[in-house]
Amino acid sequence: MEYLLNKIKKMIKFEASIKQRDDLYFITVKKEQLELILSYLRDNEGFTHLAFLQAVDYLEDNKFQLTYMLYNYDIKVNLGIKVYIDREKAEMVSIHKFWAHSWQYQRELHEMYGINFPGSPRVEESFVLEGWEEIPPMRRDFNTLEYSIKTYYQRPGRSTNDPAKYMKEKMYKKYAESPKIRRDND
Amino acid sequence: MDKKDIKEIEKQMKLANEGLPEKERILFSDVRPTTVAPLNKYLENFLNWARARSLWIIGYGTGCGAMELRPLMTSRFDMSRFGIAPRPTPRQSSVFVIGGYASIKTIKRIVRSYEQMQGPKFVIALGSCTINGGMYYDSYNTINRLDYYIPVDIYIAGCMPRPEALIAGFNKLKEKIQTGECEGMNKYAENFDWYKKNQKQIIKDWNMPDYNW
Ligand code: SF4
Repeated sequence: MEYLLNKIKKMIKFEASIKQRDDLYFITVKKEQLELILSYLRDNEGFTHLAFLQAVDYLEDNKFQLTYMLYNYDIKVNLGIKVYIDREKAEMVSIHKFWAHSWQYQRELHEMYGINFPGSPRVEESFVLEGWEEIPPMRRDFNTLEYSIKTYYQRPGRSTNDPAKYMKEKMYKKYAESPKIRRDND
Repeated sequence: MDKKDIKEIEKQMKLANEGLPEKERILFSDVRPTTVAPLNKYLENFLNWARARSLWIIGYGTGCGAMELRPLMTSRFDMSRFGIAPRPTPRQSSVFVIGGYASIKTIKRIVRSYEQMQGPKFVIALGSCTINGGMYYDSYNTINRLDYYIPVDIYIAGCMPRPEALIAGFNKLKEKIQTGECEGMNKYAENFDWYKKNQKQIIKDWNMPDYNW
């Protein structure tokens, strides 16, 4: 695998590479190089399977991170390709030409994060949310609690307890007081 | 009141079906639901007795709580002992079991199926999600109180309620039916505008008839 990484490194300059496990590697590449590297890995190195495509919202850095997770059935290695894109003008090339099923991921990302994939089939169709009018809900600046209070009628009388404290008070009182039973913290 | 006024009122009483495209409106009914008054006392009592003994539930599980319907149906808890049996379509069933959280997409189907069920019909809502949102109370996509969208006869609390709790709930429902308290259908017809207002507030792309039956 290191050999392969070196080989890719010679081809293009990638920004970072992480070895998480023996069978899980991540590399970060530039947005423009994605298509090149995906087609290379798929056609020449046997990474024929796109396991998933997902996004992470880095609100503080004003960036989305897209992860394209590829899998190689011969050497049984996962390779994640990370790409950072701008959060304001979130747009990314569509990869439905490489893996036909990726349109579904792109449709979901379009709905949940508002990332555009020009040319991807049916990308505008709603996936889970029908008739959504707010900003895409998985963006971190979307306040779900506020939206829920505003939209769905809250039933009054809801209360929460700190589980650890509550269980100590209610359930394990007997045990907490009894000297015979050893607890973990003593 | 002359004839013109009556016509005007009749027109207002009709449902607009605004969500449908213009040329499809004629295909759907525009009549509002009406309340059904009980028959004479003895006959109604007998009917209620009979209704309570044959509950047909529609097989539409909406949330994780619907998982508990499977053990309930099958041999371990065996709900057919209680005269309860599943049906595949809303037209043939009388009890709607809402199995937990209902997302907006689901509530649209729930409303549609509920309206298609023939009366008298009853609703059992299980799980804390239907009562106050449960652990999804702050979700952008699930409703918090089911009784704002369809009338609910019995709530079964728990996350998720065990089949024993469901059986208790069904027994409670039977008692209620026998005493004639389950008037959910009439409640729906009486407060039709209020229910519709609540439903339309969350279902933004309303592309079905206003009352489907
Ligand atoms: S109450 Fe619990 S089990 Fe039931 S739908 Fe909600 S989360 Fe699921």
